[in-house]
Amino acid sequence: MFIVKYIKDVFGGLKSLLIGMRRTGYYFTHHKEIITEQYPDNRDTLVLADRFKGEVVMPHDENNEHRCTGCTACELACPNATLKVVTKFDITPEGKKKKAIDKLVYHLELCTMCNLCIVACPSDAIVMAQTFEHSVFNRADLTKILNNPGSKIMDGVE
Amino acid sequence: MLLTSAFLIPCSLFKLQKMWSLTDISSAIHNWLNQTFNPTWALIIEMVIAGIAVIGLFAVLGLVLVLMERRVAAWMQIRLGPNRVGPFGLMQSMADTLKLLVKEGMTPDGADKFLFNLAPFIAMMVAMLLMAPIAFAKGFQLWDMNIGVLYISAVSSIMVISILMAGWASNNKYSLMGAMRSGAQIVSYELSAGLSILTIVVLTGSLNITDIINAQADGWWVFKGHIPVIISFVIFIIAVTAETNRAPFDLAEAESELTAGFHTEYSGMKFALFFLAEYINVFIVCAIGATLFLGGWMPFHIGHWEAFNHAMDYIPSSVWFFGKTFFLIFVIMWFRWTFPRLRIDQLLNLEWKYLLPISMFNLLLATAVAILGWHF
Repeated sequence: MFIVKYIKDVFGGLKSLLIGMRRTGYYFTHHKEIITEQYPDNRDTLVLADRFKGEVVMPHDENNEHRCTGCTACELACPNATLKVVTKFDITPEGKKKKAIDKLVYHLELCTMCNLCIVACPSDAIVMAQTFEHSVFNRADLTKILNNPGSKIMDGVE
Repeated sequence: MLLTSAFLIPCSLFKLQKMWSLTDISSAIHNWLNQTFNPTWALIIEMVIAGIAVIGLFAVLGLVLVLMERRVAAWMQIRLGPNRVGPFGLMQSMADTLKLLVKEGMTPDGADKFLFNLAPFIAMMVAMLLMAPIAFAKGFQLWDMNIGVLYISAVSSIMVISILMAGWASNNKYSLMGAMRSGAQIVSYELSAGLSILTIVVLTGSLNITDIINAQADGWWVFKGHIPVIISFVIFIIAVTAETNRAPFDLAEAESELTAGFHTEYSGMKFALFFLAEYINVFIVCAIGATLFLGGWMPFHIGHWEAFNHAMDYIPSSVWFFGKTFFLIFVIMWFRWTFPRLRIDQLLNLEWKYLLPISMFNLLLATAVAILGWHF
């Protein structure tokens, strides 16, 4: 029946509009749902979403030890050559040569925060930090060395 | 004729307690002017005062409504809205106005200069003309004419001319397309807006705004007239949202398709006039809706609850009027920030296949209700 369908259309349309208005009405009256951060004012208490990726860092423990073996998996995974692993050879107590990193050079100015290096790393040596205030006056300051000076690899990480 | 009508209106229905009332102020001014000057000069001065009052109301409404819109939009989209300029961001619209005032008003080379510069003023003039028959409070009206409702629906259709003029004179494809869409839209939706207004005219038996308000002394039409009035109220709200070119019917502007539609080429104060005219028009159509369906400045009364009714009478009539108007404005803003924009074919389908047949049938129903006396 045409007329039944017509009336159903009218009421169905009205109902769907009211459902939408109930949703926005809920947001209008519930200000706790607001997710805006008032950034420069609340710098100390700023809460960022877990998925937010700011820059690549290498965590060190209290003995100044990191987990990077220098395998260059991150360098290979990076699509724009942001990471560069500079290796050296350590002499172990037994007199053997062992490959280790000298420097892990990170070009923040080239990084697109794609997370591929983090996924590629077999020993979880690098992670994404949530810092985002990256402005500097000199472009060279954006090139960073991720491992701390004098750091060495953690025991047990191969 | 201007403020003089203030005390001609019969107000025997209510014994509003003597308190701060706009009627007293207007009659005091009227008496003083007539004692001091001869009647002609008194009338001219009254006209000037009324004009200044309307322009002042425009400015205040523009500032308040823009801020309200941004706040409502922000809260509905889980944002904060303007909160930097002044306490709670209250000075935001003032700062925006200042910015627009000092901006250069460009006229494009290829434009029809005369029409291009004339269009925003026509938009404002229409808004000003529409202010005349609106009753802001008990006995406070610029011009209490006997064809108030007809005047409103006649004058409001001039609005489309300013939009078409702006779109045509800009010599820009986007502007022209926006103006043409707006033309099709306003011409269509005026029909169902007019028919839903007619429902109230049928029930009241008068085109006079004062008569329509007085007929609602024992209950607003939206309560008294049951189903036909509720249907026509819904249709009226939809149709005026379309007539004022607001989302979900903002095809004339349609930021995502036509940059800014008919006012793409406008900048500075000329753009501000269009922007202001949009908000003033929203206020006016909501004021008309409040007058026709929600009883204008009439307080809310329930049957025989004497104490309750008495308490309601204590609230000044201007507060009632502005409260109802701002409630309707809020509803229209609610529409804007909830619904997605219609396509042009959907827009015309909605009008010609749904709203118009329903409002025609509804007018018939309302006539039957009025003749058989089924309303309260």
